[in-house]
Amino acid sequence: MSVAGKRVLPGFNITMGYTLVYLSLLVLIPLSAVFFKTATLGFDEFWAVISSPRVVASYKLSFGASLLAAGVNAVFGLLLAWTLVRYSFPGKGLVDSLIDLPFALPTAVAGIALTAIYSQNGWIGSIIEPHGIKVAFTPNGVLVALIFIGLPFVVRTVQPILQDLERELEEASASLGANRLQTFRFVIFPALFPALLTGFALAFARAVGEYGSVIFIAGNMPMVSEITPLMIITKLEQYDYAGATSIALVMLLVSFALLLVINGLQAWTSKRTGRDR
Amino acid sequence: MSIQVKNINKRFGDFVALDNVSLDFPTGELTALLGPSGCGKTTLLRVIAGLEFADSGNVLLEGEDASDTHVRERNVGFVFQHYALFRHMNVFDNVAYGLRMKPRKTRPAETEIKRKVHDLLNLVQLDWLADRFPSQLSGGQRQRIALARALAVEPRVLLLDEPFGALDAKVRKELRQWLRRLHDELHVTSIFVTHDQEEALEVSDRVVLMNHGKVEQIGTAQQVVETPATPFVSEFLDLRDHGPEWLIAAKLRHRGFELKQATTDRSAA
Amino acid sequence: MSGATATLAGHGGSVSSRYEDSSATREPTWVKWTLVTISLSFFSFFLLLPLFAVFTEALRKGWDVYWAALVEPDALSAIKLTLIAAAIAVPLNLVFGVAAAWSISKFQFPGKQFLITLIDLPFSVSPVVAGLIYVLIFGRQGWIGGWLMDHDIKILFAIPGIVLATTFVTFPFIARELIPLMEAQGKEEEEASIVLGATGLQTFWHVTLPNIKWGLIYGVILCNARAMGEFGAVSVVSGHIRGETNTMPLHVEILYNEYQFAAAFAVASLLALLALLTLAVKTFVEWQAGKSNNQSDKEE
Repeated sequence: MSVAGKRVLPGFNITMGYTLVYLSLLVLIPLSAVFFKTATLGFDEFWAVISSPRVVASYKLSFGASLLAAGVNAVFGLLLAWTLVRYSFPGKGLVDSLIDLPFALPTAVAGIALTAIYSQNGWIGSIIEPHGIKVAFTPNGVLVALIFIGLPFVVRTVQPILQDLERELEEASASLGANRLQTFRFVIFPALFPALLTGFALAFARAVGEYGSVIFIAGNMPMVSEITPLMIITKLEQYDYAGATSIALVMLLVSFALLLVINGLQAWTSKRTGRDR
Repeated sequence: MSIQVKNINKRFGDFVALDNVSLDFPTGELTALLGPSGCGKTTLLRVIAGLEFADSGNVLLEGEDASDTHVRERNVGFVFQHYALFRHMNVFDNVAYGLRMKPRKTRPAETEIKRKVHDLLNLVQLDWLADRFPSQLSGGQRQRIALARALAVEPRVLLLDEPFGALDAKVRKELRQWLRRLHDELHVTSIFVTHDQEEALEVSDRVVLMNHGKVEQIGTAQQVVETPATPFVSEFLDLRDHGPEWLIAAKLRHRGFELKQATTDRSAA
Repeated sequence: MSGATATLAGHGGSVSSRYEDSSATREPTWVKWTLVTISLSFFSFFLLLPLFAVFTEALRKGWDVYWAALVEPDALSAIKLTLIAAAIAVPLNLVFGVAAAWSISKFQFPGKQFLITLIDLPFSVSPVVAGLIYVLIFGRQGWIGGWLMDHDIKILFAIPGIVLATTFVTFPFIARELIPLMEAQGKEEEEASIVLGATGLQTFWHVTLPNIKWGLIYGVILCNARAMGEFGAVSVVSGHIRGETNTMPLHVEILYNEYQFAAAFAVASLLALLALLTLAVKTFVEWQAGKSNNQSDKEE
């Protein structure tokens, strides 16, 4: 009796086949080009490109600012998620909807808007620049842009977990004599922690690769405010394909590593909370 | 219509769900597949329906090998444990679904469908709910709608997976008596899966007891209770009741059976 | 970057009152309002202010300048190209998303989790890298660049390249939305439909599609918003030829770099409106999904 491959619901072979072909043609084969192209370089050449001072300065800015932005978002994202889940206040529905703005707003639009706000004549720039704080066209600007694009990642990962948290846990904690702060510290926060870390990692990963919102506000001064994706563009504009590809490979490897970390974190979250991601 | 299964084997990875199972289900009978969870009873039911395919062995419907027939062509009625009512369709559309999906050539006219659906809804005594959506029904009502939907395509056999599993105790009792009466009326060959011995003993013509993917005993309710074939059967049917003699006797009277072996065991002890 | 594209959860709602009603789970009023104030200030500074800035800057020189910036030929051609790119990329990813979600959620096979990770891949790749990979393939020195030149086929610095890059960056959106949704719904209803004699297509059309409709719409609008707004990837493959290979975001960049701020913000405001529309549809869809969730909760 032939059994192998028999399925009750139809369409597995055709949909799976289509999925694999489409995925390969559009994503996997093109991505592999980065590896093959880099492989045609000698290692020395590759190393020279990715360790040149200007490129290393861009790593420092990209990773440093991304880390900082993700940290800021972890704090305020948690606070926003908490406020949205636990408190009622006027306009809450609107705030909840607009949290996703950075997902929906094109990055270039965000970039020029932030630049306008923080430049010398802008709403905020005109207030803070006289006090010696410069944001636009400095690394601070990069930070501001990365905070903008990363915020929803934290809010939207923490919010559902916070929503599903059993109220009985907190009541039990209170009945055992814990005050509100202790309950948060020892009961709520540990339950949220995996999700918070996932949100942090997602925001960080997005920030590292971000281009559109940053380049307008960064000022793009070599060694000071150039991000790594911009280095790829710069090399491309000089028709230095090998150089651009080498840096792209570094970024790809970082992305893959982050993807692994995030998958692990998400598995941890669902194990901790018993819900699927 | 009769159902036969011959030497059915089914594994899920390392887990043996069905271990060389052979059974006969005669025409017109209502059979219960009874056993603890994980014993393979639901898998067997799904193999008979064609929702699952055995690793080896055959399913015969009316003597014809149906092992390679797709579930769509087997013409079986299947009532899912959680009913699987289409939640975006109202009761009427749910029941009419099977008729409306027929190829144009064999599809009845809409007036005919309408008549038939209302007949079925009357049969399950829920015609007044035709416009409701599944979410607006009680568990027992959903159960009966699921049954009406399965019957609409005039299936050759009716298969029910834990038909009363998700209901509360009182509704359960009512519904199983109702199912018995319905079966006496329709005489469709039916198999239902249950883990509740009382349910199996009360409703069915015959009981098939299963454990670890194997058939332990087949027989009428009276047969399995009075002469359990294996220690598992008497254990599972809870025949060696603990408690004083008078209580066991009362339980037995309630079931309406004599329990020879167990009482002798006990008096010997 | 997966989960965070916000699956249909149905946020907010009545949860808060449950907590605020009980003294065991309630903070003092001053704590509540301090926290609300801090988080809303942060929200206003980082999210609301940029949004307002777009519209204020766009209208700074009045409606005439605003309107002129939008009907200028280069702007119109950028709008047209953006619409074309989205009109090709979104349906492609829609078909892919449905096919992938069907095969992944309704069947068991080894390597499923790995496949999902691969589908997520474009989210984690920098847009700039996404553009670069197509340059490496179709560029003058790329894998098939020479062959393309010989046959006079233009992909890079032309519409096909823009469409490809757009499709890449929006690749996972719809699949990502549908896979968890269809997995959560199980396959019992589909099995019931097949047992009742329906064909695969009938089952998909009458049973599956109505159940995933809101998730599908949500995925499509997110995918569309990203397709129309993509900047980095498209910037690499477009070649920035004015009136020919400029999409709206690229047009914004050019105007901005030419110090035509009001015009840049005028075009940007169209994109911002699109974003607001997307969020409005999203909120509506979540509300609808929340309604049907509540219904199925009652079933248990």
